[in-house]
Amino acid sequence: MSEVIKVGMADMKTCRGDDGVTTLGLGSCVGIAIRDPGTGIGGLVHVMLPDSSEIKNNTNRPKFADTGIEDLVNAVVRMGANRNRLVAKIAGGAQMFAFGGKSDMIRVGERNVLASKKKLAQLRIPILAEDTGDSYGRTVIFYPKTGDFYIRSVGKPEKII
Amino acid sequence: MKDLSMEQLTGQYFDVLKELGNIGAGNATTALSQMIGCKVDMSVPQVQLLEFKDLGGIVGGDDQIMVSIYLEVAGDIDGSMMFILSKTAAAHLVNKLMCGMLGIDEDTAEDCNFGDMEISAIKEVGNVITGAYLNALSALTTLKIYPSVPQIGIDMAGALLSVPAVEFGIYGDNILLIQTQFSDDIELEGYFILVPDMESYEKILTALGVM
Repeated sequence: MSEVIKVGMADMKTCRGDDGVTTLGLGSCVGIAIRDPGTGIGGLVHVMLPDSSEIKNNTNRPKFADTGIEDLVNAVVRMGANRNRLVAKIAGGAQMFAFGGKSDMIRVGERNVLASKKKLAQLRIPILAEDTGDSYGRTVIFYPKTGDFYIRSVGKPEKII
Repeated sequence: MKDLSMEQLTGQYFDVLKELGNIGAGNATTALSQMIGCKVDMSVPQVQLLEFKDLGGIVGGDDQIMVSIYLEVAGDIDGSMMFILSKTAAAHLVNKLMCGMLGIDEDTAEDCNFGDMEISAIKEVGNVITGAYLNALSALTTLKIYPSVPQIGIDMAGALLSVPAVEFGIYGDNILLIQTQFSDDIELEGYFILVPDMESYEKILTALGVM
């Protein structure tokens, strides 16, 4: 029996075999899916903010793109994935409300995507596909065995990237 | 009181914030009731410190499609406010407001797409009730509160709620929710979520003399 494991906001989960990982309602947050095609081991992290170094006490590592991706990579490698074979797919980073105002906060979706790409490049993990930006929420399901990354949005047909 | 952290906000502070939520929502409910011309009840508000990952659960699931009115608050306090309700509830309000002129079928509202007119009506409802909420808060605390023009979003609850959550993500790992439900002659689910930044909490609590 395969199951789909739920990943909450600022959360991370790994799986193998026929199992999948899912995260519901990605807004400006970004979902980063990583897998090793050889072993079919993979995982998903749901990050909210781009950079942990902007914050003093980082007690929740999956919250940030930089520490979240690092932890996910370590976790799948610990499970037996080959570090050199890892590939990634990313989704999310929308801007849910159009404010023309004050802070960096309004562009947080875009900044999350940029930070995720930067971290993946640093770790030399290629991004095979992405569905980012725009202004709608996304629910994603990732199956590490096949690498299929399903994306559902309101009023749009389901996509597989 | 420079380093107030979310974890310190307990006990009596909770009660004060709950009372604030109560008064704000009470005012908003009255405004709504006058606007649609019928009786609206509200629940006793809950104040909760929630982990991010449990956030979607409070409104019935992360991928539940909801209508939300979101606005930013400036002035003496900074933060944001969200009023979130189900599509069925939104359709019900629009029908009430427009005296059924648009004739949205409430049974199928979950799947329908709102047109410009409906969206505009929902925005106006949101504007009035969030305005009433903030007015009450401002009168009570004597703090100046300026709301921005509200924005509307119809999408998955998780995606919508992540917007105030992200603002909070800078301060800590939990989000403080002041949440009120209201109901009309049919059960209407609506939630107010007020998210001031940490400094603003101090200002609010100080203005009320509890700090």
